[in-house]
Amino acid sequence: MAVLTARVRRKIQDNLLAYAFMAAGLLCFAFFSWYPLVRGVILSFQQNNFVAPPYWVGLDNYRALFDDPLFYTAWRNTLLFTGLALVLGFVLPFFIAVLLNEFRHFSGFFRVLVYLPVMLPPIVAVLLWRYFYDPGNGLFNSVLRGVGLPESQWTQSSGTAMISLVLVSTWANLGGATLMYLAALQGIQGELYEAAELDGASVWQRLRHVTLPQMRFIMLVLLLLQIIATMQVFIEPFALTGTSNPDTITVLVLVYRYAFTVNQDFGLAAAMSMLLFVVLGAFSALYLRLTRTAD
Amino acid sequence: MTLTAPPQTPISGATPAPVPPRRRPRAGAGPATRTLISTVDLRRHRGLYFTVLGLTIAVFVLVFLVPLYWMFASAVKSPAEYALSTPTFIPHSWHPENYATAWSSMRIARYFLNTVLYAVGGWLIALIFDVGVAYALSKLKPVLGKILLGAVLASLMLPASALLVPAYLTVVDVPLVHVNLLNTPWALWLPAAANAFNVYVLKRFFDQIPDDLLDAASIDGAGKLRQLWSIILPLSRPVLGVVSIFIIIALWKDFLWPLLVLPEPEAQTLSVALSRLANTSQVPPTEFMAGLAIASVPMIVVFLIFQRSIIGGLSAGSMKG
Repeated sequence: MAVLTARVRRKIQDNLLAYAFMAAGLLCFAFFSWYPLVRGVILSFQQNNFVAPPYWVGLDNYRALFDDPLFYTAWRNTLLFTGLALVLGFVLPFFIAVLLNEFRHFSGFFRVLVYLPVMLPPIVAVLLWRYFYDPGNGLFNSVLRGVGLPESQWTQSSGTAMISLVLVSTWANLGGATLMYLAALQGIQGELYEAAELDGASVWQRLRHVTLPQMRFIMLVLLLLQIIATMQVFIEPFALTGTSNPDTITVLVLVYRYAFTVNQDFGLAAAMSMLLFVVLGAFSALYLRLTRTAD
Repeated sequence: MTLTAPPQTPISGATPAPVPPRRRPRAGAGPATRTLISTVDLRRHRGLYFTVLGLTIAVFVLVFLVPLYWMFASAVKSPAEYALSTPTFIPHSWHPENYATAWSSMRIARYFLNTVLYAVGGWLIALIFDVGVAYALSKLKPVLGKILLGAVLASLMLPASALLVPAYLTVVDVPLVHVNLLNTPWALWLPAAANAFNVYVLKRFFDQIPDDLLDAASIDGAGKLRQLWSIILPLSRPVLGVVSIFIIIALWKDFLWPLLVLPEPEAQTLSVALSRLANTSQVPPTEFMAGLAIASVPMIVVFLIFQRSIIGGLSAGSMKG
């Protein structure tokens, strides 16, 4: 009996110690991750302006969203941004990586250069490009003028605003994907290429039938990551075109407007966040499943 | 909470990978790794190879380096030269004092120090807290440990933006203790510690350290804290380094979260202050460029020093598959 209580006491002590080690970290998770999730769900069903006591409004916030024309604009813009950003930011790094992988010189130089913009604080990259996009004497229009091409209004015309945002976003982010592709390319067994070449496969056939199948997993992972990241685009529209420009307003910009500028309505913003969460959560779950089962 | 972080490294295999060799063997210096095109073929078409190589270098310099050069160079021009309709590539006027003016007149110094404080403090707190969680989950194995690990990992699924509004409300009025953290460093430090990715990477690394080592230390009378400090941490230096770099970079680059929780100009980070000044102040573009340049220099320096760890850590995720 004495032995048993000693062991139990020992066990309790060990557990207390373990929880002491974890306490600070777990509290952070509780306050900034787990509790906000629960609170976000509750908030989206409440009318809450933090002056009057909150009350339950059922689905009213969601109804209000569906009645807001900006809601549809924001989703359309976000999908457009994501689509364009994928065309550039998903496909381009692949070909850059394949090209760089063939070079036998300067490989460190290329890696550093392509990743340099990724290191800039994103707002710096975007504000720098804001000067480049200046329709008057911005760098881009000066260059276009110099070579005799028609100038563009860039961010200030509804036809080119979105693509301008995609361009700066791609410039600032494609280094990450490029380096990850490069690492994956280096993991491909050289024998596979040798064998294909002996069988008479051309360069194009080797790319198509050796490289691509070997890269399928990493491409899928990066595709999901990019969808998740680009659907949360905020800085580019915020700093380049403002939060009330219907040409570029995105889901997250709309959340920001609902909560912090125009509406000051946290319930509405929470409802919008929940919808974004459901969409992104599906991609995240798929991503986690893929990467964890691969372990 | 890095709300605006770029795509994170995939979590698979994120333990510090063998850093890829800095340089591949040069052509002609023994058998190189076989790639799409064999070294023999590349050597046979040497002219084409060097043409493509040269073109790629030119495009890379133009696309990735010139914009940055433009930022640093515009900052030393006179406002009149900057406004020329045909811009000068090499500045004719030379006003390096623009950097000093920006540093004082835009109060960059203040924001710079703020950002350093947030980054260093957040790094320390996130590292200490996350090591604690990872160590307990990996080696002390408390009851409910598995469930807690699951809950931590589940937060990887939560896109940061989905928690924006409720997390902001938590900062305004922290549950239980009811303090307002707005405009305080804690508003950035504590969410930075709630980083499941760090916990996961650290725990995976700790898992690989044999328990025998700890048992031996325990017999010698070392307590749990001592075992962590004297055995686990020294062995984990590489992973601690990689995690540290990523925490600091994320804190320095973060924008949306500091924008929300630091409304007071005095407390703002460099990124948030620059975005505010871009819209409100009458700073001449040359000085503003100097401000942008100052904001980028620390990260560029960090990158040039730690490029192998950064690129290695980033590449580690894609090694599998």
